[in-house]
Amino acid sequence: MNDATVNRLTLFNFWVAFGAFGLACFFGMYQVLERSGLFTFLQSPAAYFASVSTHGVLMAFVLTTFFIMGFGYHTAARSLRRPLWNPPLAWAGYGVCVVGVALAAIPLLLGKASVLYTFYPPIQANVFFYLGATLLVVGSWFWCVIMLVMFAQWKRDRPGETVPLPMFATAANALLWLWTSAGVALESVFQLLPWALGLTDTIDVGLARTLFAWTLHPIVYFWLIPAYIALYCYVPQAAGGKLFSDVLARTAFVLILVLGLPIGFHHLYMDPEQGAGWKFLHMVGTFAVAIPTLLTGFTVIASLEMAGRKRGGAGLFGWIGALPWKNPMVLAAILSLLMLVLGGFGGIVNASYAMNAMVHNTAWVPGHFHLIFAGTVITMYLAVAYKLWPELCGRRLYSVDLALVQLWGWFIGMVIMTTPWHILGLLGQPRRISAVQYNSVLTLSWEPYELAMIAGGSILLASACLFVYLLYKTQTAGEKVDAREDAAADSNHGAPAWLNGFALWNRLILVLMVLSYGYPILQFFLLKTHSPTAWGY
Amino acid sequence: MSRLEIDELERKWLSVSLAMIGLFVGAIVVTAVSQGVHPPSHVETIDSASLHLSQEFAEDKLGVQPTPLADGSLQVRLVAGRYGFYPREIEVPAGRRIVFRMASMDVLHGAHIPMTNMSTMIVPGYVSEVVSVFPKPGEYPMLCNEYCGLGHDHMWSKVTVIAQENWREPATGGKQP
Repeated sequence: MNDATVNRLTLFNFWVAFGAFGLACFFGMYQVLERSGLFTFLQSPAAYFASVSTHGVLMAFVLTTFFIMGFGYHTAARSLRRPLWNPPLAWAGYGVCVVGVALAAIPLLLGKASVLYTFYPPIQANVFFYLGATLLVVGSWFWCVIMLVMFAQWKRDRPGETVPLPMFATAANALLWLWTSAGVALESVFQLLPWALGLTDTIDVGLARTLFAWTLHPIVYFWLIPAYIALYCYVPQAAGGKLFSDVLARTAFVLILVLGLPIGFHHLYMDPEQGAGWKFLHMVGTFAVAIPTLLTGFTVIASLEMAGRKRGGAGLFGWIGALPWKNPMVLAAILSLLMLVLGGFGGIVNASYAMNAMVHNTAWVPGHFHLIFAGTVITMYLAVAYKLWPELCGRRLYSVDLALVQLWGWFIGMVIMTTPWHILGLLGQPRRISAVQYNSVLTLSWEPYELAMIAGGSILLASACLFVYLLYKTQTAGEKVDAREDAAADSNHGAPAWLNGFALWNRLILVLMVLSYGYPILQFFLLKTHSPTAWGY
Repeated sequence: MSRLEIDELERKWLSVSLAMIGLFVGAIVVTAVSQGVHPPSHVETIDSASLHLSQEFAEDKLGVQPTPLADGSLQVRLVAGRYGFYPREIEVPAGRRIVFRMASMDVLHGAHIPMTNMSTMIVPGYVSEVVSVFPKPGEYPMLCNEYCGLGHDHMWSKVTVIAQENWREPATGGKQP
């Protein structure tokens, strides 16, 4: 077996991911301090926007991509019980991603790429930023190929058998990411790179925003699916029960894959370059994709309830108290679901077509996605790290108590930080400002919330540092154990063929993508458009 | 196995979920169809590099337009550019339909008047058109809510909503109060 290879590959990916995470939390702390306006010596738009850009790229691109790759390699090898296919290709992909991150980091840290992680043409960044981001995506495609090949090989070798759920979901995610990243790859290769290299003078901003919107929504499902894998495959076991329904879990993953893709225009609701009919179509899909999340909430909570009752919990709510709250995986799942409920509520508001006008680009929006992404998703990433580190290193987790403190801290900090953002958003504060400079009485109503933001940010930074410390100590000073852990739960029910492969779904996605993006992209070649030249910042 | 085995509870929850989503989408469909409530989606292109030469967005054509539109609405033309919405101060009457037409002369911007539904992105190369009615008189800031450069924090303009009885039509376009 090449267990050691997989463990090494996973650890290498995870360390880049969580290193980026720890670093990005320091940038985040600087941002809440700077933005509060209480520390005049920190005030600097140049430093702030360089920091926001770096924070976004590290969290949204680096942490996620490397974590997902590492988790995928681990899941594939363990749940399929077969060696990793083509490890040199996996290391090559890792290398391409690392080079990409390094290339992008230089202009970011020098303040030469303060264009935020959403790029924002016609403001132009240093060409190495676009090049680095592109390489990171290209490297991640190596991972997608390995996942899909392993999925196909397993099915070929075991006809009629059902692919274990964790691998089914991982393959769905690889496919999702190939579809998702095509949008930003097109933008990068045909628009941003030629333009930043000086080969073209102008850029069609409408087209660039449309292509980025293609990526911008499903990318969050690329981040979310590993968290759902943990919720479905690790949490029920950790709580002492079993998954309520394997079929419903597969259905949820398929729905996310199919419905998550053709709905990016809810990021363009307020944009002038797309018509109302197209936005309306994407709005319906946006609401539809809430279904798999509602199913997930049900299945995971039902699994927890079964576990709680098995442990002696009785009555309507007694099972909640009976759950093993001191198990990091179970605690993370509970906190993660709580934040999903709060963040999901905000998401319904954002998705609501015209009502979005009230909160568009206000502080409400970072409040929303910090709850869902930094809250729901990252909390599960942390729990997965606590579960996998011991087996990857062959050592016991350094301290379960500290891990629980860390998870509670992350939850409490996130709630303290995002609640004021939601309120500030309703009070009209724009999301991407480095300081409040408006001479208007409105800004007086914003002041009380700055302190809460700093308190939340401080707790989050402390929690993030504790997390990285725990991983480091586990790896270097944890008690050595012969780690032969249980693979993620794989209840091999006989799932129907359409819940055991993606051929049908892939074709359906193609049809939906052509329907929802065909004309909206084509229109830029039919309309007489006037593309602006590059601007600095 | 061809038939899916779905638990009774799951079936109920799925119905509840579908009903909930149906309610939300239904409410949006009704307001969109019966009230015409849509986000600003005016697909119209313009050359952002030559706004100063255009019929509509030249400097002397900006601001609250003296002639109301056929349906009685007032038209307001604004140019968004680093770092302000020009003209920097406008006055509009309360309770009347205001049609904002806006174009960027440089990069991406966003206009939002907090506590109102006046909000739109302003994308270079495109004209943004957004309609709003301001019920309450008062001074409102119009904030840029999209990152547009290192001076973004400073990008805002002033909109004064005047009670209908005190409102006078401006004599010429582009005149600033």
